Amino acid sequence: MPRHVVARVDELPPGARTIVEIAGRSIGVFNIKGEFFALRNRCPHQGGPLCTGRLSGFLMGTTPGEYNYSRPGEILRCPWHGWEFDVRTGQSWFDPAKTRVRSYPVEVVAGSQLVAEAAEAPPAAGLLPGPYTAETYPASVENEYVIVELST
Amino acid sequence: MTEAATRVAVESRTAISLVDGDIHIQPANRLDFGRYMTAHWRRHLETFGGRGPGGASYPRANKYAARSDSYPPNGKPPGSDLDFLRHQLLDTWNIDIGVLNPLLGAGGQRNLEFGAALATAINEWQFAEWLDPEPRLRGSVVVEYEDGELAAEEIHRVGDDPRLVHVLLSIRTAEPMGRRKYWPMYEAAVAHDLPVGVHFGGSGGSPITGTGFPSFYIEDHAGMPTVFQSQVISLVCEGVFERFPDLKIVLIEGGFGWLPSLMWRLDEAYGRLREEVPALRRLPSEYIREHFWITTQPMEEPPRVTQLERLLDQLNMNDRLMFATDYPHWDFDAPDHAIPGRLPADLKAAIRAENAVRLYGLRPAEA
Amino acid sequence: MIDCDVHNSVPSLPALYPYLSEHWVEYCRQSAFGGPADSAYPAHAPTSVGPLWRGAKPAPGTSAGAVVEQLLDPLGVELAILNCVYAVESIHNPDTAAAMSAAVNDWQIAEWLDADHRFRASVVVPSAQPEMAAREIERAAADRRFVQVLLPVRSAMPYGNRHYHPIFEAAERHGLAVGLHFGGAPGNPPTGAGWPSYYLEEYAGMAQIFQTQILSMISEGLFDRFPDLRIACIEGGFTWLPSLLWRIDKEWKGLRRDVPWVREEPSHYVHKHMRFTTRPLDAPPDPGGLADVIDDIGAEGMLLFATDYPHWHFDRIEDAIPAALPERLRAGILRDNARVFYGL
Repeated sequence: MPRHVVARVDELPPGARTIVEIAGRSIGVFNIKGEFFALRNRCPHQGGPLCTGRLSGFLMGTTPGEYNYSRPGEILRCPWHGWEFDVRTGQSWFDPAKTRVRSYPVEVVAGSQLVAEAAEAPPAAGLLPGPYTAETYPASVENEYVIVELST
Repeated sequence: MTEAATRVAVESRTAISLVDGDIHIQPANRLDFGRYMTAHWRRHLETFGGRGPGGASYPRANKYAARSDSYPPNGKPPGSDLDFLRHQLLDTWNIDIGVLNPLLGAGGQRNLEFGAALATAINEWQFAEWLDPEPRLRGSVVVEYEDGELAAEEIHRVGDDPRLVHVLLSIRTAEPMGRRKYWPMYEAAVAHDLPVGVHFGGSGGSPITGTGFPSFYIEDHAGMPTVFQSQVISLVCEGVFERFPDLKIVLIEGGFGWLPSLMWRLDEAYGRLREEVPALRRLPSEYIREHFWITTQPMEEPPRVTQLERLLDQLNMNDRLMFATDYPHWDFDAPDHAIPGRLPADLKAAIRAENAVRLYGLRPAEA
Repeated sequence: MIDCDVHNSVPSLPALYPYLSEHWVEYCRQSAFGGPADSAYPAHAPTSVGPLWRGAKPAPGTSAGAVVEQLLDPLGVELAILNCVYAVESIHNPDTAAAMSAAVNDWQIAEWLDADHRFRASVVVPSAQPEMAAREIERAAADRRFVQVLLPVRSAMPYGNRHYHPIFEAAERHGLAVGLHFGGAPGNPPTGAGWPSYYLEEYAGMAQIFQTQILSMISEGLFDRFPDLRIACIEGGFTWLPSLLWRIDKEWKGLRRDVPWVREEPSHYVHKHMRFTTRPLDAPPDPGGLADVIDDIGAEGMLLFATDYPHWHFDRIEDAIPAALPERLRAGILRDNARVFYGL
């Protein structure tokens, strides 16, 4: 599976996000409380730039006047019609089974490992050029990097 | 039509393939309208400001009811920057012609003379800052619609500018639109061959529904079709189309799913109660199909596309539907997604441009 | 066949005197109070009494005997649900409104429910005073031949508002449905743009009021708070329902956060908790079209047969059952849906 380096971990603190172009797709990468998640930047409704939307908590009630607030910053609301998506899974709230945005596996890899991989393996077997290229690795082997895996 | 006129019409049609029937602009600062007012009204704007009936405060989903990605990079409000509007709307979607509907409160003013001054200022602002610099844009004749004389005056003043395509009202008027107080405005519109566009929103002094004030914004927003229905009923039942056979009404941002069942219901009721409305000489549905145009946003979204196709069959107004985005509002319809791809190509072309070209007599923008 | 909308009407104010206390009888006799003022059915407007019953004696709806003779026997009605439209909500004096409501209900028991076993009835309440309305519901509910609480569809504010919750709480607790019915005289205009000129507009425009009430009940979480509540929409039509449901479902997906207690798609609440009577029919002109509309509602069993006697919808008794109703749905519409919904 093609793996793309999209950011340095220290550039994406908790609560932050970045939007990157990978293999012709716009993808939003989010840091939620230290964990990373990647979602296609395209709402399944009308194709809006989903990952530019607001992050909110989750609001639920069981009876009128009841506001149960949880998971601050983990619900992504499309900037257009406000559909809510769970950043962690890409599922819409109102129809988790059938309405969802594509989400991609993300991992954090140490710079030293990236350098090692780049040195020993041909490009096709490992990392593909993303916003970060192999040239930056030697300067910062002590950093960690966020990797998004795209299935073809 | 003569051969030359036919050729021009065909050329227009093929040159314009996408018309956006509903775009919302606003000034970066409301006081900017003062630039287009006399000193007296400029001071009024700065001191007492706009005063509508009040009491209808429903905080909308987002500030300015706008898409959260529609703020220009310079930080100005959504819809206030021409360059950004060109970039994010006209250029992104290859929109050939866009119609501006500046809903900026002129009609809802309790001080009618101020409302008329504000309407004049908004129209001059449209010319100076939007229509003059951008040939792809068309505008509205904004009026103080609650006073027939003042509205007619403004229509006479600017109504012949070819870039103004319709008179603009907000749908929550003080009285149902068919009532006599609005007839001088219709007379003036017809005299200048202008349709009357009536748009989602406004506050005319009544509670916003026919059964009082609701609590939540979703009721304000999803409840607006009920007001469209009331207004269609009023215009028909008051015999407005007998009095003004050339009057055309454009329903903007009300949806259209409610219209077939309204026609069935009104025809059935009229069949029994017709003696109360002797001015009518045809079925309500006939008046509706002859005198109304409708923008498509917010597009109806039934569970299955076949249901939308069936709705369009029931509606039987394929030559009257006109595409609109409602940019920059949050309930925006994207041109490439909102119209289901599987609709017949000629219907899509009619919705995307041809119906609007015909209604508004549009010619391609001269670059 | 079960007729879910039959109108009994109070023939005159004195008809209620036997059911009012001495003080209230004196008040009725000596004050300027002439009974509630209502414009829902102008007495001689064409739609108020259909040609089938025009000129009948006794006057249609004014006595049990009249209804038996004019409707129940000729049509073979097994059960008829009486909806007494009596605009008590237009009476601003809360105690007068409450007293008149109780009198109407006692009149219904004595002169209707006791007169023929085929009648069931709706509790008339002073709906502008929800707590007083709840007390009247408690009182009347003792007689199980009352199957629903009647509310005029026009109200001073939409019924989902928490202000009205005592009414629904009492109805749910006593196992009574709540019927929203054409009409009402709350004092505010029947459109969001003021007062229309013609009765035709008000008549056709009542559909918009039903639509507003449905949106309110869902948004305000009425069905989340009262999960066993049943609402009948009576004499408002139903062919507008599919487009309303599509629109509310669409809006909820983006605006859910304002009403976080609405946890399911709004149309599910309507399917589960609401039913609609079949007159006025408001069918599409093409004969097969009605089946499509019913299909578009999105759930079975939503319709309840009604003649809306004595209002004008058909000219011959043979046409009481609309020909356009799909054959396969008839048994449900004519009987089973009502049996289940009202627990008959």
